[in-house]
Amino acid sequence: MTVDSQPKTPAHSHKRNGFIERTLSDISHTFEQSVFAEELARQPGLLQAIDPRVKVLSLIALLIAVGLSRNLPVIVGLYGVALILARLSLVPMGFFVKRVWLFMPFFTGVIALPALFITPGPPLVQLPFGLVITQTGAQTALFLLMRVSTSVSLGILLILTTQWNTLLKALGVLRIPDVFVLILGMTYRYIYLLLHTTNDMFLSRKSRVVGRLSSAEERRIIAASAGTLLSKSLHLSSEVYLAMQSRGFRNTPRTMDTFKMRGSDWVASGIVAGIVIVAIWLGR
Amino acid sequence: MLYSPQYMHIPDGYLSPATCLVMLLLMLPFWYRGVQKMRQTMNARSVPLIALLAAFSFIIMMFNVPLPGGTTGHAVAGALAAIILGPEIATIAISIALIIQALLFGDGGILAIGANCFNMAVVLPYISYAVYRALSGKTAVTSRRRVVAAGVGGWVGLTVASFFAGVEFGIQPFLYHTASGAPLYAPYPLSISIPAMVIPHMLVASVIEGVVTALIVAYLQRSNPAVLEMVEKPGAAVEASKPRRLAWLWVGLAVLIVAVPLGLLAPGTAWGEWNSNQLTSRGLSSVPQGLAQLEGLWQAPMSGYDASVAGNSNVAYILSAVLGVILIAVVVWLFTRVVTVGKPAPASSKQ
Repeated sequence: MTVDSQPKTPAHSHKRNGFIERTLSDISHTFEQSVFAEELARQPGLLQAIDPRVKVLSLIALLIAVGLSRNLPVIVGLYGVALILARLSLVPMGFFVKRVWLFMPFFTGVIALPALFITPGPPLVQLPFGLVITQTGAQTALFLLMRVSTSVSLGILLILTTQWNTLLKALGVLRIPDVFVLILGMTYRYIYLLLHTTNDMFLSRKSRVVGRLSSAEERRIIAASAGTLLSKSLHLSSEVYLAMQSRGFRNTPRTMDTFKMRGSDWVASGIVAGIVIVAIWLGR
Repeated sequence: MLYSPQYMHIPDGYLSPATCLVMLLLMLPFWYRGVQKMRQTMNARSVPLIALLAAFSFIIMMFNVPLPGGTTGHAVAGALAAIILGPEIATIAISIALIIQALLFGDGGILAIGANCFNMAVVLPYISYAVYRALSGKTAVTSRRRVVAAGVGGWVGLTVASFFAGVEFGIQPFLYHTASGAPLYAPYPLSISIPAMVIPHMLVASVIEGVVTALIVAYLQRSNPAVLEMVEKPGAAVEASKPRRLAWLWVGLAVLIVAVPLGLLAPGTAWGEWNSNQLTSRGLSSVPQGLAQLEGLWQAPMSGYDASVAGNSNVAYILSAVLGVILIAVVVWLFTRVVTVGKPAPASSKQ
C-alpha cells in the first residue's frame, strides 16, 4: 500500500521493472524467506530447543520491557540480549544485523531525522545553514531508532527459530480461541497455494506480453488477475468445506496438545523473567 | 518481505505499550462481533471461507499496482473485503492477514497488532462499506454506480484509516516524554503527524486502494456478480435493521474513547471548572469565602481522573475514560432492564 522507496531485492539490473516482474520477484522473495526461516528453525540452536509457549511469552515480555524503558542504555542492553540469543541460536550474525539496520535508515531514519532539529531543547551540534541539532532531538531520535530496531530484532528471532505449526499451537496459551488458531493455520497453508497460483498467472501473462503496456492496461491486468484469484479462492473455499465435512469436521476444532515443560524450559523462563524485571526496573 | 517497511503497518517502538494495550482492548468487541456474525450467517462454511479470503487479502497486499509516473504501490483490499463479506467479517479476515504478516514476515509490530488491526481491519472496512452502501443506494449489482461507489469507498476508507494512524502517532509525544521533554516514542505532535499521514495517503495509497477496489468490483460484475451480493442477499432487509444501527453506536463510542487523549492536549482546565487557586490566577482578587469552604467537601473517587494505581496520570486518563464508559453502559443497561420489565421483548431481538 505504500510506494516502494527502494528495491526489495538488491540485484536490480533492469532499468525499468514492470509491475509483473516486481510482483513475481516479491513472490519468490517470500518463498525464499520462508524456506530460509524453516531451515533455521530446524537447526539445533538454543531458542529452537525451547518450548514455543515459553518462547512466545518471553518474547512478549521482552518487547514490553523494550517498550516501557525510559532509559536508553537499557534498550541497548536488550538489543545485546537479542544479539546473544541470535548467536546461540545459530542465526547468521551478518544477516541478523543487516536485516534490521539496512532498512532502518530508509524508514525509521527518515522519520526520526526532522525530530533532531525541531524538538525544542538546548543545542547540541551547530550545523551550517542555521540548523541546530538539539539534545532532546538527538535523544528522541535515538530512542525511536533503538526501540524499533530492538523490537524488530526480537520479532525476527521468534520468526527464525520457530516452526509455524508449533508457533500456532503455542498461541493457545494466549487464550486465543481454537477456531481462530485453526483459521490462522489454514490461511497460512492457502497463502502458499495462492502464491503459486499467482506466480503461474503472472508468469503466463509475462510470457505472452511483447512490448510495453500502458499504465491503464497494466492496471486492468492487475484487476483481472485479482478478480480471478478471488473467484478461485471462493471456489476453493467451498471445495475445502466439502472436504472438511466429509472428514467429519463439526465446527469445533481439536488440537493435540503435545507440549511438555522440561527443566531447561523452566530455567529459560526464569532467566527471561529476571532480565525483564531488571530491565523494567532500570528503565523506569 | 521480512521487515519490508510499509507505512501503515506500524512497527513496535512507535507506540507506547499502554497505547498498544488500549488499541488491543478496543479490538475485542469488533473481533467478538465478527465471530458472532460468522456463526449467524455462515456457520461451518465460514472457516475455510475466512481462511481463503484472509490468504487472498495477504496476497493482494503483495500486488504491485502501477501508478502513472512509473512507481508502484500496494493496496490493503480492506474495502473489497468489506463489500464482499460485510465489514464485520472483513475485520476477521484482514486481522488474520495482518497477524500472519506480523508473526511470520515481520511486517508490523507484535505489540502493535491491536493498533494495526484497528486502522486497517476496522476503520478501513467499516468506513469504506458505509460509503459504498450510501453511494450505491438501491442500484443493481451490475450498475456502473457501484463501481464508482466502491472506488470512492476505498479512497475514503484508507484516508480515514491513515488519519487514525496519525492520531495514534500524534498523541505519543504529549503522553510520553523524558523529564527533559524528549519524546519517548513517535516524536511528532498531532499538528505534524496527522498531515504527514493523511496527505501522502490521500494522494497515493488511498488512490491505489480506490482504483484497485473499483477495478476488481467492475471485473466481478462481468465475471461473477453473485459474489457482490453475498452480504445483501441473505435476508438482509430483515436482519440489517436493528443490530446494525446498534453496531454503529458502538463504533462511535470506540472512536470517542480513542479521541479521549485529544482532551489532554487542550491547555488549562475546562471552562468553569476552576478551583480557588486557578480563580486567583485568572485575575479574581479574592476567592468567595463560601467557595473556599465548600471546595474540600466533595472529593471524587478518581479526583482529576488520576487513578493512583496507574502511576502515570496519562494512562489513568485513558483508563478513566474506559471505566467511565463501562460504568455508564452498566447503568443504562440496568435502567433499560428496569423500564422494560414485564413488557414482552420485541420479536426482532430474538434469534
